[in-house]
Amino acid sequence: MLYREAGQFKTNYQSDQQVFPITQDRWSVLAIVVAAFTLVPYFASDYLIISILNPFLILAIAAIGLNFLVGYCGQISLGSGAFMAIGAYAAYNFATRVPGLNLLIIFILAGGTSALVGILFGIPSLRIKGFYLAVATLAAQFLFEWMFLRVKWFTNYSPSGSVVAPPLEIFGLSITTPGAKYYLVLSIAVVVALIAKNLTRGHIGRSWMAIRDMDIAAEIIGIRPLQAKLSAFAVSSFFIGIAGALWAFVFLGSWEPLAFDINRSFQLLFMIIIGGLGSILGCFLGAAFIMILPIFLNQAPALFGIRLSTETVSHLEFIIFGVLIVFFLIAEPHGLARLWSIGKEKLRIWPFPH
Amino acid sequence: MDLRKLGLGAAALAAGLAALPALAQNEQFIPLLSYRTGAYAPNGIPYANGVADYYNMINERDGGINGVRIVFEECEFGYATDRGVECYDRLKGKGPTGAAFVNPLSTGVTFALTDKAPVDKIPIITMGYGRSESADGSVFPWNFPLLGTYWSAADMAVQHVASKSGGRAGLKGKKIFLVYHDSPYGKEPIALLENYAKLDGFQFTALPVAHPGTEQKSTWLQIRQQRPDWVLLWGWGIMNSTSIKEAAAVNYPRDKMIGVWWSGAEPDVVPAEAGAKGYNSLTLQHGAGTYPVHGDIVKHVYDKGKGAGKKEDIGQVLYNRGVMNAMLGVEAIRKAQSRYGNKSLTGEQVRWGLENLSIDNTRIAAMGMDGFMQPLRISCADHEGVRRARVHQWNGKAWEFVSSWYEADMSRIGPMYKEAATKYAAEKRIAARDCSKES
Repeated sequence: MLYREAGQFKTNYQSDQQVFPITQDRWSVLAIVVAAFTLVPYFASDYLIISILNPFLILAIAAIGLNFLVGYCGQISLGSGAFMAIGAYAAYNFATRVPGLNLLIIFILAGGTSALVGILFGIPSLRIKGFYLAVATLAAQFLFEWMFLRVKWFTNYSPSGSVVAPPLEIFGLSITTPGAKYYLVLSIAVVVALIAKNLTRGHIGRSWMAIRDMDIAAEIIGIRPLQAKLSAFAVSSFFIGIAGALWAFVFLGSWEPLAFDINRSFQLLFMIIIGGLGSILGCFLGAAFIMILPIFLNQAPALFGIRLSTETVSHLEFIIFGVLIVFFLIAEPHGLARLWSIGKEKLRIWPFPH
Repeated sequence: MDLRKLGLGAAALAAGLAALPALAQNEQFIPLLSYRTGAYAPNGIPYANGVADYYNMINERDGGINGVRIVFEECEFGYATDRGVECYDRLKGKGPTGAAFVNPLSTGVTFALTDKAPVDKIPIITMGYGRSESADGSVFPWNFPLLGTYWSAADMAVQHVASKSGGRAGLKGKKIFLVYHDSPYGKEPIALLENYAKLDGFQFTALPVAHPGTEQKSTWLQIRQQRPDWVLLWGWGIMNSTSIKEAAAVNYPRDKMIGVWWSGAEPDVVPAEAGAKGYNSLTLQHGAGTYPVHGDIVKHVYDKGKGAGKKEDIGQVLYNRGVMNAMLGVEAIRKAQSRYGNKSLTGEQVRWGLENLSIDNTRIAAMGMDGFMQPLRISCADHEGVRRARVHQWNGKAWEFVSSWYEADMSRIGPMYKEAATKYAAEKRIAARDCSKES
């Protein structure tokens, strides 16, 4: 009833090509973003901001990055943990070796470094596809885990191999409180989501999707696989690298390569599979599902006044989480984003379904 | 979930919240980060039981610390750094005054919390683990690596090797290998051992074992080929028992192996069965066994059916370590109460208690811990307090002490602490406190 397009006429190309063509969508997304900026910092506790919202937003950025490659361009990658690590260690090295560099520039440089490496590891994608490519990207995962563990230069010869992020500062403002960190992460997440949405609607995104759907057909209609595939690897690694730098600097503060191990790669891949391949909204939904749900399940028994031993709680957490993954994948193999769009379709024709 | 259940849950929650303020006045909240699941559970469980039982015993026997009851909440993090940090953030604000202190029991989590402690004003007690240079309290006011760091441990392990080789001079030309868990935990001693290899003239090789530590075939093959004179083991969780089993498989003499104090408990040797006989490890002062304090735990906690674990597991090495860790925290709160009054204290006040903590032999006897621990004294400059250890050996059935007390050599470690702490201070742009001006 509320969600209906009747009367919304598009009279020029500009209004037809908006990011959110439906007025209700436009306003609700705007309302969510405004609320996230204004209301959330005042009502959310420190715990909610530090342990839930910040890591959720950072992983959502990484999921967006991975979704370019897997969801839009159809190239399976198992190396996203490594690209996060590259972003984190590049940011660390830029910050400690080049004093006085602006934090935002550090993040962009970290993303850039990750993008360069991403292009390098994208080259095999020109010859191999599918599962074979996944194995090739797995090489990146193991190579970089090994490198950050063994090559001492990357960790500035820290005896324990664990490195510490320098104090965060942007334009003289020091970022130490949970609120300040939240604003930083949220601003970057909004910018990234906006870029992502536009990139995938433009000619670059369309060439990726053409490659994904059928690479030979795409080549015949004039899309160069080299440019399309490598640009997907570059853009994807760029955003994953920024997410890695944020994860290390803003969320962990001090880290070791184990923070970016193969499980991180799987976690990101599961996020986009459950959230929805080829959907920006899906990245946020998937990140929420994979990251927030286990923490919620872990606290749920205490929340409802049920006393259980911590052992039982964490076993229950695994069981319920696993069952929910299976349930959602059976209910909608195309992910949570698809469930949402089905719901939207139904709302548009309500109450007269045909 | 149907609505009725949700409503009941909400009602229970509301009732719980309503009941809180009435009790809140005389409570001290302490978070307990634990791991009872995953690859490190065999070691995490007895430790967590020891901590929980000691807190419960203090509440049941004495009615709390000078009348202030201890309230603690366990949070399972499975030895994963990000979940550990989440647990810390979840629990740090609970209770009337927030967390008194935190024991992460994970070097990775310790590293992450070291940055947060000055902001949250919650001291971190890392008894026998954590960042070695944090023993320097002038740069690390919030970290307390009580009873010994990994550098102290490595120093004492080398001393044990020296005593078996006819003195310090006997180390020359010896081959010493380190088999370590490939994480900050396992890497901590490397810097010190490399330094000592130069000073004492022994050959040092470090062999990493990847998390979780079940793949060690190639490591022990290397040991079989190169036949080192001694192997130091820096493992945790199932890595320890795997190492001992592999040593037995390549027939490396177990009595030439020395584990750190985290690699010398029952869950490490029992799975290796007869193969573990003769295996040595450092002890963090205490070994296995029961003391008068354990009698109190049985009487006040287990006999009332409130025990965290099984009665027959009381007195195991890691159980005792949990008891010791809980005791040090409780004593720090007691010390802080002597200055700030017998009420709920903030982390900042407990930090003062920790920094001025001193436990002498009379106090040890009064706590029923005679022979369990050595006296210690913390100060602004020295957050370790005491750095003494013995070596114990598994005889196939029980642990027995096979060495006298060693004391870590501060003339060697001190300058290394200073150097590493100065580097940290420079990287984080923090100014060190002047300890001569601290009261």
